[in-house]
Amino acid sequence: MQLREKNAIMDEMAMKRALTRIAHEIIERNKGVENVALVGIRRRGGPLAQRLAARIEEIEGIKVPVGILDITLYRDDLTTLSSQPLVHRTEVNFDINGKDLVLVDDVLYTGRTVRAAMDALIDLGRPRCIQLAVLVDRGHRELPVKADYIGKNVPSSKQENIAVYVQELDGKDGVVIQEIVDS
Amino acid sequence: MKLEQRKDLLGLRDMSRKEIELILDTAIPMKDVISRDIKKVPALRGKAMVTVFYENSTRTRTSFELAGKYLSADTVNLAVSTSSVQKGESLRDTIKTMEVMGFDLMVIRHAMSGTPHYVAKNTKMRVINAGDGTNEHPTQALLDMYTIKEKKGTLENLKVAIVGDILHSRVARSNIYGLKKFGCEVRVVGPTTLMPPEIEKLGVKSYFSLEEAINGVDVINVLRVQRERQQSGLFPSLDEYARLYMVNTKMLSKAKDDVLILHPGPVNRGVEISSELADSSQALINEQVSNGVAVRMALLFLMMGGARDEINN
Amino acid sequence: MRLIIKGGRVIDPANNIDELLDILIADGKIAAVEAGISEVNTETIDARNKIVCPGFIDMHVHLREPGFEYKEDIVSGTKAAAAGGFTTICAMPNTDPPVDNFVTASYIVDRAKILGVVNVLPIGTITKKQAGSELSAIAELVDAGCVAVSDDGKPVVRADIMRNALEYAKMFSIPVLSHCEDIDLAKGGLMHEGYFSTIYGLKGIPTAAEELMAARDIILAELTGAHIHICHASTKGSMDLVRNAKARGINVTCEVTPHHLTLSDEIVGSYDTFTKVNPPLRSSEHISALRAALQDGTVDCIATDHAPHNFESKDCEYELASFGISGLETAIAVVMDKLVNTGVLKINEMVGLFTVGPAKVLGIDKGSLTLGKIADISIIDPEARKVVNPNDFYSKGKNTPYKNMELKAWPWMTIVNGQVVYREGKVI
Repeated sequence: MQLREKNAIMDEMAMKRALTRIAHEIIERNKGVENVALVGIRRRGGPLAQRLAARIEEIEGIKVPVGILDITLYRDDLTTLSSQPLVHRTEVNFDINGKDLVLVDDVLYTGRTVRAAMDALIDLGRPRCIQLAVLVDRGHRELPVKADYIGKNVPSSKQENIAVYVQELDGKDGVVIQEIVDS
Repeated sequence: MKLEQRKDLLGLRDMSRKEIELILDTAIPMKDVISRDIKKVPALRGKAMVTVFYENSTRTRTSFELAGKYLSADTVNLAVSTSSVQKGESLRDTIKTMEVMGFDLMVIRHAMSGTPHYVAKNTKMRVINAGDGTNEHPTQALLDMYTIKEKKGTLENLKVAIVGDILHSRVARSNIYGLKKFGCEVRVVGPTTLMPPEIEKLGVKSYFSLEEAINGVDVINVLRVQRERQQSGLFPSLDEYARLYMVNTKMLSKAKDDVLILHPGPVNRGVEISSELADSSQALINEQVSNGVAVRMALLFLMMGGARDEINN
Repeated sequence: MRLIIKGGRVIDPANNIDELLDILIADGKIAAVEAGISEVNTETIDARNKIVCPGFIDMHVHLREPGFEYKEDIVSGTKAAAAGGFTTICAMPNTDPPVDNFVTASYIVDRAKILGVVNVLPIGTITKKQAGSELSAIAELVDAGCVAVSDDGKPVVRADIMRNALEYAKMFSIPVLSHCEDIDLAKGGLMHEGYFSTIYGLKGIPTAAEELMAARDIILAELTGAHIHICHASTKGSMDLVRNAKARGINVTCEVTPHHLTLSDEIVGSYDTFTKVNPPLRSSEHISALRAALQDGTVDCIATDHAPHNFESKDCEYELASFGISGLETAIAVVMDKLVNTGVLKINEMVGLFTVGPAKVLGIDKGSLTLGKIADISIIDPEARKVVNPNDFYSKGKNTPYKNMELKAWPWMTIVNGQVVYREGKVI
């Protein structure tokens, strides 16, 4: 399978604006951030959560706790994958009991990753609520999952792939649509 | 590197450094899981494994069972002494029975070297060697290596002394194979009668003097002395053994200051290791046990986590 | 009944013959060995491009009958021998009951006469029940047809018993075949002791276990002046002992097996029980020493130590598996492919080691194509290539470590008493 870049959807600036807006929405929705904590889903949810935390700190002057969640052991497709994903550490070094947790991920698609993430979180403790923030919602849900904060809605076809690049991991920022081409 | 392409884990001799690294790296998040309040993840839900121990062992068997349970696999222990094995059922038939019951993986310990290899050849189940005769004990070596790496930050180029009955030790063999792949200087020390022939061809240095062997080492791995070896005339008495090869606090001055002491357990206090040392902070005997669960979780996940149709010989 | 074997390369070391000749067989005997034999209306075998030899002799075969017919019997074992190019085999006495009396020896002789495809010469035990404490009735055994005595499968532990056996056997001019093994040193051993036993974690059998007994028996042969024959010698030290003893004029002979000449202890690492044999497969150093001893005449003959086993005896844990290799049907091909085709042995030497060599050890009137002798003939096709497939064996023992190995040069035809008993893959 090969991927060909089809369309750029967000550039660096657009990503920045979207994250700033989401930061404001999180503050507004939760009436402040005293009880809020962010948990990014590996891999790109991690840097996005860090950035949201930085924005929130700029706006509110409060550092919210940030954790990273590895959901590999909670995936529902482990027995069907022909190639195994690597297991990484979950780094949630604060007590999530009673927190208003915001899960952060790059793309919301089938909803299965979010389902796994919620199971993983609940094994760590009992948050007061879990909200969901994503940079891109591309539709095609297979589970009843809905995001609370969305950077951009991108209607897509299943033959397409949405790639999110973040500076921390990819050396650049941006979101592009890729087309699957048969070679 | 993918471990799911390997059907069985029979020993470290034939395992690549990359495979070992993957297991050790995967054990880190597994250890996190064990330290949580809810020590369970659904990763192996719907998988079934059986532990078959033809030789007594509490800790290894329990460790495997617990590792499976923490990963949500269904784990069953075939109580060999009470099963049809006692009625003369052949090993082949026992294996077949386990296979048709639907187990995905079998963990086997056997007093005879090479038996897990025989089992692996005769079943579609994945097979993990939990110790075979005097051949290998790969998961013990993996947990030893994990423990060393956790404390030292690396395995690279360490000096490790293995002390005791090298001739009959599967722990020694697996450790030698594993550590050599990371460039460690491995030394073996014990009485001449308990030293296997041509051991140095394995790339280790052999010693008869404990003092010389532990000079400047980072790790001392103390092996358990089996009392029946004395009865078969390989050394005169446990007292004499202790006199020559017991590792104690006093003699550690020869080793590096931060030397680590490992022991696969159960410990014969006052024979191969002094009580004082066994209870000291340098001795990692308890850490080894808890790391053993994490390493076995990693292994079970890596071997059973993939798609089932991947399994082939 | 006349038969002509035409155009083959006739190799008969006993008579120093190696040329393209024809052989005429009449009434089961060698009637002529010369060029240009041709008779109208006589069946003629076209042996061009084949090697025609005196019938091969295997002096070390476990036929298992009576008692262990589920492993082998006289019918299956002699068929296997014919397919392997052998016209005469010696049956080891570790049966149940053991061949320690006239009746059991006669049973084998009679059964073999009626049902056997090749000649079977029984070997009697040295001691009653092979228990190592009382001599067998050796005169009776010789009367019944035994050509040697042996407690093969286990050593004669007591030196005084061995001494007596040697003294006694001298009266009958038969050799005492010694299974050399110090049972205390070898106890629990599963393979050759050395580098590979260390890395495979299997208890080793030191070479000293064999050499101690070989040395003892050679010393006893010197003491008694009797003929000691060392069975399945497998070590450099044994070769040195025999070489030295022969140089000193002691009446000692020895045999080596095809597997000890061609397979090393490294292959035990598969834990394939077909590699489990006693004496064990040795290291390459010993293989080289055995080969050198073949070349310098220290070794008198090659014998298979054919040890067939039923499936269950080998389908189990390595430690529990029975010792032994089913060797009759691969011996010639293995020696041809691994030793002759590679230049270790000349073809005439190889033929000698399977014919006049064992005949001399046993003192039997076989192993040559001399005029008037019984027409036992083995013909090899030096160009035939075949992959060893134990399922095609006539032997009940499928236990061969040569399984799936491709070998070049196979038995093509076997003639016993002037009768063709094996031809191109089929026992007739």
